[in-house]
Amino acid sequence: MNGETGPLLSAIRKHGLGRSNLIPILHEIQKEYRYLPEEELRNVAKIMDIPLVDVYGVATFFTSFSLEPKGKHQVTMCMGTACHVRRSESVLAAAKRYLGIEPGQTTEDMLFTLETVNCLGACAMGPIVVIDGKYHGQVTPARVTKLLQDVADAERIPEHAEDRVAAIP
Amino acid sequence: MARIETPADLEQYRLQLREKFGKYQYAVSVCGGTGCRAYDCINVFETLREIIDKKDMSHTVNLRLTGCQGFCEMGPLMFIHKNGIFYVRISPEAVERIVESSILGDEVVEELLYKSPADGRRIVHQQEIPFYNKQRRFLLAMNRDIDPLNIDDYIAKGGYGSLAWALFESSSEEIIDIIERAGLRGRGGAGFPTGRKWRIARQAPSPDGIKYVICNADEGDPGAYMDRSLLEGNPHQVIEGMTIGAYAIGASEGYVYVRHEYPLAVHHLLEALDQAREKGLLGKNILGSGLDFDIKVSVGGGAFVCGEETGLIASIEGKRGMPRPRPPYPANYGLWGRPTNINNVETWQNVPLILQMGADEYAKIGTEKSKGTKIFSLVGKINNTGLVEVPMGITLREIVYEIGGGIPRGKAFKAVQTGGPSGGCIPAHLLDIPVDFERLQEVGSMMGSGGMIVMDENTCMVDIARYFMEFLTHESCGKCVPCRLGTKRMLEILTKICDGQGTNENLEALESLAADIKASSLCALGGTSPNPVLTTLRYFRDEYEEHIVNKRCPAGICQALITLRIDPDTCTGCGACLKICPVEAISGEKKQPHSIDPEVCIRCKLCISRCPKEAIYTE
Repeated sequence: MNGETGPLLSAIRKHGLGRSNLIPILHEIQKEYRYLPEEELRNVAKIMDIPLVDVYGVATFFTSFSLEPKGKHQVTMCMGTACHVRRSESVLAAAKRYLGIEPGQTTEDMLFTLETVNCLGACAMGPIVVIDGKYHGQVTPARVTKLLQDVADAERIPEHAEDRVAAIP
Repeated sequence: MARIETPADLEQYRLQLREKFGKYQYAVSVCGGTGCRAYDCINVFETLREIIDKKDMSHTVNLRLTGCQGFCEMGPLMFIHKNGIFYVRISPEAVERIVESSILGDEVVEELLYKSPADGRRIVHQQEIPFYNKQRRFLLAMNRDIDPLNIDDYIAKGGYGSLAWALFESSSEEIIDIIERAGLRGRGGAGFPTGRKWRIARQAPSPDGIKYVICNADEGDPGAYMDRSLLEGNPHQVIEGMTIGAYAIGASEGYVYVRHEYPLAVHHLLEALDQAREKGLLGKNILGSGLDFDIKVSVGGGAFVCGEETGLIASIEGKRGMPRPRPPYPANYGLWGRPTNINNVETWQNVPLILQMGADEYAKIGTEKSKGTKIFSLVGKINNTGLVEVPMGITLREIVYEIGGGIPRGKAFKAVQTGGPSGGCIPAHLLDIPVDFERLQEVGSMMGSGGMIVMDENTCMVDIARYFMEFLTHESCGKCVPCRLGTKRMLEILTKICDGQGTNENLEALESLAADIKASSLCALGGTSPNPVLTTLRYFRDEYEEHIVNKRCPAGICQALITLRIDPDTCTGCGACLKICPVEAISGEKKQPHSIDPEVCIRCKLCISRCPKEAIYTE
């Protein structure tokens, strides 16, 4: 996480130092780390000569930025109106119950981050859940549970496989 | 040809392109909109390309992956230009047959055609499908016919011709006159006359001569995605519209402010900007006219309030996207304090169209005060979900029943919500009102950016009001007290009512809070935030009263007020619900009707979504 050589400098090289480039630069940093580490925000303030309070203000104002590290798998529930009238609320409830976390939180094992989004604009498929960038349409509470279960299972299998490989002399 | 230096060059290039495209024997369009991508249309397209390559036909078939063609419910979609055959819900496996029968031959693959739900009839041509034939697709039509990543497609279709005409055959003043006479009004929601807006920005003095034009693509209304589809499917028409606007206003720089949730739109736009620059249609000395104008893309950070003009400007400047009091309006004091004209994506796309059609022809479409077409995203409890472009003045009934094909599973229509979180819910008895800016406002809603969410008997209107209020509470930027605290208080009251804790006084409190918030909020987000509550109170007061007095949710939505039951006559005792219930509230012997213990049940409805017989219901 070094501001001198890391993603911050390459973002500044790409976008420039001006204040109007703050949001695109934060986007680039977030793309790299999947969140905005405090140290990088301090570097942004120093290098771009913007008061840290302003950098912090922008980083907390927009919902696409996160100051917390995110899990390995990103679960995003669309809460748009079209999804809502097709009961996205109960799908979200099922995801919350399965993962044991609220939207915006990450599971303790850092496997899943659950988030909601206002609308993905793919309303024909509602309710929609996006898991690691893949869109799943017409999701029911039962199906979202199954989808999450599948991801969790896939995480466990390689572990076992590695154990087996390691066990072979 | 690299750079196009003059209008004559442009026309010559256009003729060359038409000749080149004319040499193809076939043209095939596969929809590549975000909706169809989610249905794996890329795989369909790649399969098609492989087959074409294998048959050594790439020089005879002009294959296009296009932007959104609108009929999202039926994706992936394919249109074959020579015979007009239109296929829906295509799988990669079906592609080979399509090539053999319908591209090489003239046969129709019956089972891939659209099937009318009304009579089971298969329909061959797109124009004969009720979803399409009531529409007037002036803007969306192009989405089907061009590859958004190829400027040549747009130019061959006449693209940038309006710009050339504006720069060489017309003056800035004349352009503004034409836009005014055409009667174009802002498609972002409020419906302010575009020509008047341009004139104010043109006349506004700038300290250093710099002025800006901005395209507002921060499409934040949940359930609305027309702007995304226009940017994805036809970015050049937005660029052309903005350049004409810049010429009319005297701006030298433009910005497109687009949501970060729309990565495909950003990608297509950036690509289009590069291609336009390369061709000399953007940048220095456009078409040799002396006009210098370029466009930058600014990607938002997921804040609804940035759709508000001054919030959007703050965000482009790299600040928190908080609105400020107006006046001064952006037309006088906008981006970095310079006169700035902001229009929505759809508004900008109308500009080249108007110049091409002429103001008088354009003004023939629509009603007296609302001209042209409007694109709506028809979503929710509706059979034909998708993007529809209709002339202003069409009735809601035509949209819902003829284009939309009515409500799925024979349920009863309850309301249609327009205008997003600033709009309202329009009930069944008002379905015959014509859709225009004034009429929608009269009934308590608004045009908004074009979301149209259909609700059926299983939608609880109190819950909908609560849903929007929750949205607005979350999206309120917090700058002004009426919006920051008012929406919160309203949400608390609505939540109480949904939880069965409501009282009759609550309804009065909601109404008085609504009046205060409307009167005293800083920006439109706060000022219109009570609309969903006010319209549901106005048209569905009985539903509120059921929640308050009888502690019942008639639609079976509000968790605290419902009981889940299993219909013993339908239940086959398969045990699926029993296994999935997280709290072991369900019991029953195998192959015998099961039952739910209401004391234990947490009403999560997992069982309802699991039951293969739909035997579980709420009451």
